[in-house]
Amino acid sequence: MDLTLTTYLIVGATFALYIGIAIWAKAGSTGEFYVAGKGVNPVANGMATAADWMSAASFISMAGLIAFLGYDASVYLMGWTGGYVLLALLLAPYLRKFGKFTVPEFIGDRFYSKPARVIAVIALIVASVTYVIGQMKGIGVAFSRFLETSYEVGLFAGMAIVFFYAVIGGMKGITYTQIAQYCVMIFAYTVPAIFIALAITGNPIPQLGLFGSVGEGTYLLERLDNILVDLGFSQYTVMKGTTLNMFFLTMSLMIGTAGLPHVIIRFFTVPRVRDARLSAGWTLVFIAILYTTAPAVGAMSFYNLINTVQPGEIGAEEGNLAYENVPGWFSRWEETGLLGFDDKNGDGRIQYYNDDSEAFADTAAEYGWEGNELTVDRDIMVMANPEIAQLPAWVIALTVAGGLAAALSTAAGLLMAISSAVSHDLIKGVINPGISEKGELLAARVAMAGAVLVAGYLGLNPPGFAAQVVALAFGLAASSLFPVLMLGIFNRRMNSAGAMAGMLSGLGFTMIYVFVYKGWFFIPGTNMLPDTPEHWVMGIGPQSIGAVGAIINVVVATLVSRATAPPPKDIQELVESIRVPRAS
Amino acid sequence: MASGKQEAAMAYWKENVRLLITLLIIWFVVSYGLGIILAPVLNNIVISGVPLGFWIAQQGAIYAFIALIFVYVFKMNALDRKYDVHEE
Repeated sequence: MDLTLTTYLIVGATFALYIGIAIWAKAGSTGEFYVAGKGVNPVANGMATAADWMSAASFISMAGLIAFLGYDASVYLMGWTGGYVLLALLLAPYLRKFGKFTVPEFIGDRFYSKPARVIAVIALIVASVTYVIGQMKGIGVAFSRFLETSYEVGLFAGMAIVFFYAVIGGMKGITYTQIAQYCVMIFAYTVPAIFIALAITGNPIPQLGLFGSVGEGTYLLERLDNILVDLGFSQYTVMKGTTLNMFFLTMSLMIGTAGLPHVIIRFFTVPRVRDARLSAGWTLVFIAILYTTAPAVGAMSFYNLINTVQPGEIGAEEGNLAYENVPGWFSRWEETGLLGFDDKNGDGRIQYYNDDSEAFADTAAEYGWEGNELTVDRDIMVMANPEIAQLPAWVIALTVAGGLAAALSTAAGLLMAISSAVSHDLIKGVINPGISEKGELLAARVAMAGAVLVAGYLGLNPPGFAAQVVALAFGLAASSLFPVLMLGIFNRRMNSAGAMAGMLSGLGFTMIYVFVYKGWFFIPGTNMLPDTPEHWVMGIGPQSIGAVGAIINVVVATLVSRATAPPPKDIQELVESIRVPRAS
Repeated sequence: MASGKQEAAMAYWKENVRLLITLLIIWFVVSYGLGIILAPVLNNIVISGVPLGFWIAQQGAIYAFIALIFVYVFKMNALDRKYDVHEE
């Protein structure tokens, strides 16, 4: 059976599964629509949260990022997992005890302020919409590349399926499809990883394969370090950026992760406070299965790639692979444009090295090399893995289904956060508080349908700045939402004025810092300083600034709240009550 | 009786915060301390080709995060029962 047909069958089977679950899990009340009736088992919620959190970027791009950045990619590994410790310890149990439906609702109630609730809605929508664009693009690309449809048809297919289960089932439908999507994606990720670990290091467990040897008693990472240095690159296992920037980037990603509303609302769906704590632990277990496999996939597939184009001695003419002898997967990926060869010195052989390194330029000239000839899109590190490991067509098809599951599950979670903020916080909370349960459920479905259409439109016409805005999404969550949520729980004295001042100053500072380097409102050419490390303040990049914004938020909020009247007594009692799982 | 309840709630919260601070110090030391700041030094220890600082940053820290959350879950469940605020 040919690959495209197999891919159609497997992707079609997974889509049929999602639709089946949607019909089974139809939401009948607002409680079911917003928080799945608060009846989700903590382990099941952990699985759903893991799928909600791990996006197309985690599934497709992260291993490639690790491959090309080596140690420096640790910021993503630690940043996107360490945030769950903050979430479990500082937010999840208390917000669950609060027991309502949305994140802005907590902010509005705790700070007895509609404007605070509206600011939270805006921060939530900006952060979530930004994210959705990337997922929609991922769905379109996966379809066009592997199912031989056009990008638009792929996008419409993805929209239709999300529309179906998110609009009918709400959080209930989304939760149970996310569980299925987690199973698809983790199976699709680990099976090729096991085979590539076995092929390269002889150990079937990828995490242990990192310690493996690649023959002649040479260890994998040792060999990778040496070969990269010989090709003019930095060592794989050492730091290339600055310690300070790594520190703040990791912290921004952690705080941002803990402050992302679509993740937080998943903890509203479990029955009890203790389940919220436990569920956070299970979430991280399920995420870690993929996140600890990724470094092994990154190192091994990168080693394999270099070894393929540089099979012999570096510098010797026959040390480089002749283009006529490239393996099948190489030619196939060349057709997609994700792998490119340009024979700059006309010797018919592939040279891959660091032609940016001045120190290495003389050596390269001595070898007769006239520039790097191989360009590699980092996304192929995961997608080409099954082919490189010579696995059957169904595994390749499964990888496509896995990538789609990752994108769909995250998109649905984000759309849920957006639509509940619109229907529950804006429509019921501000515009029409007298709306009936039935009316609100309808409003929630219409908001969800609207959010799917907006996301689809933005996927079809992605704004040129989409990639840069992702840095802002984390910055927003880190500098506005996380600090006020935490202060609302841990600082009883925190009042409305403090929270507003804190959110606005954290948000304002972060946005201005990002705009200075990325252009005002991301309009190209309006940036005031070039976005390069030597122009960053103390070497802290715009991606890393969210943590500084969070600190400013906390400081300003604390000072302002001290200078103004304490919150009313009933609010102080609310804080007391969310701190205890059950009133004794 | 009301004041006794309030005192118990305060004591519960104090113990909770103390536990949080302890766990967050470990969280910080493992990720930022060992995984970033001290990584270049720890990289001098190499096990089967894997430098220790690199391993902590790409694998060890994640395992530590999981352990921290489950320790928290376990300790909080015990604390809830001690102060009789646990859910049935």
